[in-house]
Amino acid sequence: MRSPWLLGPLGIAVVLLAWSLISLSGAVDPLFLPSPPAVWQAAGDQFRGGILVADAIASVRRVFLGFALSAALALPLGIAMGSNTLICRLLEPLLGLIRYMPAPAFIPLLIIYFGLGELPKVLLIFIGTFFFNTLMIMDAVKFVPRELLETALTLGGRKLPILTRVVAPYIAPQVIDAYRINMASAWNLVIVAELVAANEGLGKRISLAQRFLRTDEIFVGLIVIGLIGLLIDLGFRAVLRRSCRWAS
Amino acid sequence: MHLSVSGVSKTFGDGRHAKLVLDDITLSVDSGEFVALVGSSGSGKSTVMRLIAGLERPSTGVIAMDGKPVRGPGSDRGMVFQKYSLYPWMTAAQNVAFGMSLQGLPRALVRERTAYFLEVVGLQNDARRLPKELSGGMQQRVAIARALAADPKVVLLDEPFGALDLQIRETMQEFLYELWQRSGITALLITHDLEEALLLAQRVHIMAPSPGRIVRTVEADLDRSNLAHLRMSPPFLELREELVTSLRNLDAAAS
Ligand SMILES: Nc1ncnc2c1ncn2[C@@H]1O[C@H](COP(=O)(O)OP(=O)(O)O)[C@@H](O)[C@H]1O
Ligand SMILES: [Mg+2]
Repeated sequence: MRSPWLLGPLGIAVVLLAWSLISLSGAVDPLFLPSPPAVWQAAGDQFRGGILVADAIASVRRVFLGFALSAALALPLGIAMGSNTLICRLLEPLLGLIRYMPAPAFIPLLIIYFGLGELPKVLLIFIGTFFFNTLMIMDAVKFVPRELLETALTLGGRKLPILTRVVAPYIAPQVIDAYRINMASAWNLVIVAELVAANEGLGKRISLAQRFLRTDEIFVGLIVIGLIGLLIDLGFRAVLRRSCRWAS
Repeated sequence: MHLSVSGVSKTFGDGRHAKLVLDDITLSVDSGEFVALVGSSGSGKSTVMRLIAGLERPSTGVIAMDGKPVRGPGSDRGMVFQKYSLYPWMTAAQNVAFGMSLQGLPRALVRERTAYFLEVVGLQNDARRLPKELSGGMQQRVAIARALAADPKVVLLDEPFGALDLQIRETMQEFLYELWQRSGITALLITHDLEEALLLAQRVHIMAPSPGRIVRTVEADLDRSNLAHLRMSPPFLELREELVTSLRNLDAAAS
């Protein structure tokens, strides 16, 4: 394969082409399958009205707040669990259990506790990602090679400096990757939260569009959600490549 | 400097799973000496090393540095592992500097000593390369430089050349011997390679497995002015032959 990076765009182009052909052929009612130009048109309308940008900002903001909280707390807790057997024994069963409770199932509770504002949505994203982030970081810490830790000890290193100067840099690539993977569920959850209750946001726009049978707007919402998710993913990959060249 | 290991035994596990790994090990290393501990794999060599480094505690017996019992790891006992011990995100220079920086030495001094020790191991031109960009032999030289730069009283080397190809291993043996001669370090070398032990060390302790114990101590009083020559010299080959035979008898008796 001379230029393998072309394969990705090629796959997208094939789907776009199939979509165009099907909607041109008139085999499917445009109510169910809007044509690409109709979706483009709807996107343009929403963009010019400022709705699209406002929705995107609202959703991205929730994701970033919830995920930042989750990432910031998971890092020290994951490191503590990975490097201390007592803390690990105490918390691992608990976290392992909560991890398997589907985050959307917490929505009713969150609404009862915190109402319909921003806080329950941010917390939902926190709940949906914190336990995975923590356990993945814990695992990364457990797999730091023993030689690296023991070498630091024989060089005169103490506990805390070893955590910050050996453990932290060693696990950095895995932590960034864990964040990248769990960011995808954060992005899923914000849409779920907005489908349930919100004034604005990409998920809210989709559920409104459903009420008015505006499939073109649903398509716009889905595509924008996908694109933002992809951008975030690429961002994490770029950070990983730039900051951890030693690991590749 | 006087390192003494007296009557040390080590049992791993307890109850029915208890396993005596070391039995009554006694040895000592004095300033400027090069001592080797040789034995087949599983005979407990690494455990001896880890006990001296303070990474494990003896079950009975005492390990002491200058009369003070060893209670944990410390920078007075540097260690070089067989492999995978360089910090992969640090350059060669940063690896060498790491111990000094952990100990809080002033920056200028760290920089100066780093340059010095990189030169000692002949890697002054590779200071900014990452471990993955260095060959196995170069990586071990960085590990040795890093251990020395932290200014230990004794360097513990646990099969430092065990993962290297035969030819590089011979070069590295000569390198280590010259280093020892030049810089007056004190070294305790662990190896399963009897030739390596006899070639480099003035005193060689031979260990037998199950449980690990010292069965013989040899003062290898040889002319080391030319190691390549020594490898082939009749007195060396004779001594080696004799020890190989006695080791083989031990292994046969054990199995
Ligand atoms: N932490 C440990 N727990 C249980 N057994 C161990 C442990 N460390 C070493 N051993 C056992 O002690 C014996 C000697 O191991 P080791 O000191 O690594 O030998 P060598 O370095 O000579 O190959 C082996 O049988 C090994 O399985
Ligand atoms: Mg060993």
